[in-house]
Amino acid sequence: MAKIIVVTSGKGGVGKTTTSASIGTGLAQRGHKTVIIDFDVGLRNLDLIMGCERRVVYDFVNVINGESNLKQTLIKDKRVDNLYILPASQTRDKDALTQEGVEKVLDELSEDFDFIVCDSPAGIERGAQMALYFADMAIVVTNPEVSSVRDSDRILGILQSKSRKAEKGEVVEEKLLVTRYNPERVEEGEMLSVEDVKEILAIELLGVIPESEAVLKASNQGSPVILDDESNSGKAYSDAVGRLFGEEIEHRFLEVEKKGFFKRLMGA
Amino acid sequence: MAKERLQIIVAHERNKREQPEYIEKMQQEILAVIRKYVEIDDEQVKVNLDNNDECSILELNVTLPE
Ligand SMILES: Nc1ncnc2c1ncn2[C@@H]1O[C@H](COP(=O)(O)OP(=O)(O)O)[C@@H](O)[C@H]1O
Ligand SMILES: [Mg+2]
Repeated sequence: MAKIIVVTSGKGGVGKTTTSASIGTGLAQRGHKTVIIDFDVGLRNLDLIMGCERRVVYDFVNVINGESNLKQTLIKDKRVDNLYILPASQTRDKDALTQEGVEKVLDELSEDFDFIVCDSPAGIERGAQMALYFADMAIVVTNPEVSSVRDSDRILGILQSKSRKAEKGEVVEEKLLVTRYNPERVEEGEMLSVEDVKEILAIELLGVIPESEAVLKASNQGSPVILDDESNSGKAYSDAVGRLFGEEIEHRFLEVEKKGFFKRLMGA
Repeated sequence: MAKERLQIIVAHERNKREQPEYIEKMQQEILAVIRKYVEIDDEQVKVNLDNNDECSILELNVTLPE
């Protein structure tokens, strides 16, 4: 039985796909057979971030419609063992994902995988609800600004009322991941602090991913940023994966980095 | 500042979520009935549902103009 994790947020552009790619990769690196599913019908993106866009033949909707089987459709990652991607369809038909269809595919994947990571589309409508419906755990991706926090709270409301677990009277595990965190801007009062976000949403903090050039570089290269283990963002994602397994790891990159003597000398 | 604003919005939305869906519709209908007799604004009718262990109390607050 696989554990189903949805990466969700309400708001778009906050870092869901970046997070799905890195968390999924991190789970596989630890030896767990993992598949990352792109639920963003029409706006396929995960394949680009994972660098497998040219290997896409069939997609999620093909599998649902019985036009291809999972074996033909899943793309095996070339860098990390145990890691697979199920790409989204480019169809413009937003209703192509049916609840029964998604359930059938998840059930089949569950037999073979340890983790299923669902990369949710933006919004709080059907597409996003479909991605979170079957979740055992939700990673709520939030940027430290007002509209993102508000949308995250709305998503929490949906998780607590419209998910399969909620319908059965159970609870979805909720984890907060604050991304694009910029300590300078927090210090200047332009952004909410992690503490503020945590206090308002009142769910467990899984991690804080700093705003970093490395993310853009990684997406240009088609390689999830967690594989860039020199970068702060990559390290922060690895920490977050560790915490998913109950490791107690202190949060880092929360404070403004004091420029060292050498960096000051170099004017960096 | 941002934090205080957010706390208010979020509390408001959570409260709304916890109420059954018919409350909003009922509020509109009550408003329509009152408007047959007096002119009032939307904000002058407040409907609130309090859930206790044993029963729910529906509170209706209508502020009529002087
Ligand atoms: N930690 C980060 N630092 C810098 N840029 C980031 C970070 N996380 C995400 N981004 C950038 O933000 C944009 C949106 O990210 P993406 O993961 O596609 O968000 P979503 O899937 O929520 O729409 C992308 O351009 C991505 O490179
Ligand atoms: Mg995305």
